[in-house]
Amino acid sequence: MEFRPSMTTLSRNDVAHLARLARLAVTDEELDLYAGQLSAVLDAVAQVQKASVEDVPPTTHAVPMTNVVRPDVARPSLPRDVVLAGAPAAEDDRFRVPRILQEEA
Amino acid sequence: MSSDTLVDFDEVLTRYEPVIGLETHVELGTASKMFCGCSTTFGAEPNTQTCPVCLGLPGSLPVANAAAIEATIRIGLALGCRIATWCRFARKNYFYPDIPKGFQTSQYDEPLCTAGHLDVEVDGETYRVEIERVHLEEDTGKNLHVGGATGRIHGADHSLVDYNRAGIPLVEIVTRPIPGTGAKAPEVAKAYVTELREILLALGVSEVRMEQGNLRSDVNTSLSPIGSLEWGIRTETKNVNSLRSVERSVRYEMRRQAAVLDAGERILQETRHFHEDTGSTSPGRSKEEATDYRYFPEPDLVPIAPDEEWVEKLAAALPELPAARRARLSEEWGISPTEMAWLVNAGAVGLVSETVAAGAPPADARKWWLGELARRANDAGVDLAALAVTPQQVAELVGLVAAGTINDQLARQVLDGVLAGEGDPAAVVESRGLAVMGESDELVAAVDAAIEGNPDVAEKVRGGKVQAVGALVGAVMKTTRGKADAATVKRMLEERLLA
Repeated sequence: MEFRPSMTTLSRNDVAHLARLARLAVTDEELDLYAGQLSAVLDAVAQVQKASVEDVPPTTHAVPMTNVVRPDVARPSLPRDVVLAGAPAAEDDRFRVPRILQEEA
Repeated sequence: MSSDTLVDFDEVLTRYEPVIGLETHVELGTASKMFCGCSTTFGAEPNTQTCPVCLGLPGSLPVANAAAIEATIRIGLALGCRIATWCRFARKNYFYPDIPKGFQTSQYDEPLCTAGHLDVEVDGETYRVEIERVHLEEDTGKNLHVGGATGRIHGADHSLVDYNRAGIPLVEIVTRPIPGTGAKAPEVAKAYVTELREILLALGVSEVRMEQGNLRSDVNTSLSPIGSLEWGIRTETKNVNSLRSVERSVRYEMRRQAAVLDAGERILQETRHFHEDTGSTSPGRSKEEATDYRYFPEPDLVPIAPDEEWVEKLAAALPELPAARRARLSEEWGISPTEMAWLVNAGAVGLVSETVAAGAPPADARKWWLGELARRANDAGVDLAALAVTPQQVAELVGLVAAGTINDQLARQVLDGVLAGEGDPAAVVESRGLAVMGESDELVAAVDAAIEGNPDVAEKVRGGKVQAVGALVGAVMKTTRGKADAATVKRMLEERLLA
């Protein structure tokens, strides 16, 4: 996995990019606020880099397990009315979602 | 917008060299989904095969399907890949209504299988396709677009999503770029997917029904000026879901890109959509809006570490692979490599083999699949395997001809019935009344009528012009609407005229 070392400061543009990827509407003032706050978080996490890890094997998981699998057996699914009851909108037994593509000029 | 005209295919090759590449997605034929126990049955009522895991509901936890991992390793082994000794799943983060979790569980830089190859043959020449990787991921849900023209996403008012498919295990097989195919690029692309499909069938890991979307390819195509050291900018034609379309999409992109380059313009690196009806491609989402999937290791799943012994056991248990099988069948059926290549190109090896297994002589099985059935598939614009006739039915048809119940001409009418869903050949013969007439009263009457109705011809035959009997046979066949056996009719006529 790509690992980016601490950048210590996130720019307004970085935050705007992340916000767009996360589909969050962030105001101009919030960009400044979050850029500062997220940089502080990165700094805190960057403390880890000071640790000496030469003798420590990389760890993926808190539990040292592999190959946790289940047999290929089909089990009952949820009833459809229960499934769709959680949807903001449903139509024709399906989840209804707003228009996907914005029309381009 | 650059020139709409296409460059003639042969002319493209006088100036440019193509490089192709394919990413093929295969839905595995497991009973349950990749990370939950929901059924994978095709065609179920919408949203009846979902649960908290595949809907991405809070607090749900995935557990990997052992059979899907095994199937992926077997695909890797069949393609001569190296199997990872340790690898992880990763989250590919993006928002789209067909992925309920907000990410697709996939593999990133640690695929299960790497560095394989697949040799394909086109016109007697072998092309080695290098396989970059084979990895395991999950399929998405299915969108239905409402309010636009003919269900297209463009102009749609809103969309409806069915998550039955979300979470079905999906294997992605990625080739390295394939240079050096020249004029054969479209055929090499098709031959690769054809051969891959045969391997998947032999492994029994997927039904590989292309018309159901079990297997779909993203086809990359680029052109560079002949002699250029750099490859051109590529386009990616998404979700091409028939063998024929794979070939057509490469051909079209080569002709389109040549026109763009000839006009001195640049190829846009973009995804494109293939249109079956026109055989053309049109732009999809542009890649310029850089995709940023923020992959990271899936924290809810532990690593997969296939142990050596298990992998060796799977390798030892691989079935006979298609290339080896073809060599064996060529010998058994007594056909040349060229004749075998015709069968491969027609996607008919398995069909013929099953027809033979169902009792038909190899020569007859080949005759029907490469002749009448290939013609019908071509007329309908579908792959041979998509025709609504099974190898068992073809074997039955061959048997009916051999037994003299029907002749070739009637057999074609029987086929009409089978393809129209009227049942097995014997049932169609019965219901449509297509059996060859024996030496019945009706046939005797027809023979006598032909002689009486054509006294001049009859006289010629009596006078020694034996070949003139053909006209009388034709007359009988006409009155019996093809149901008589021509040899029988000829014999009966000769008995009457030459005795």
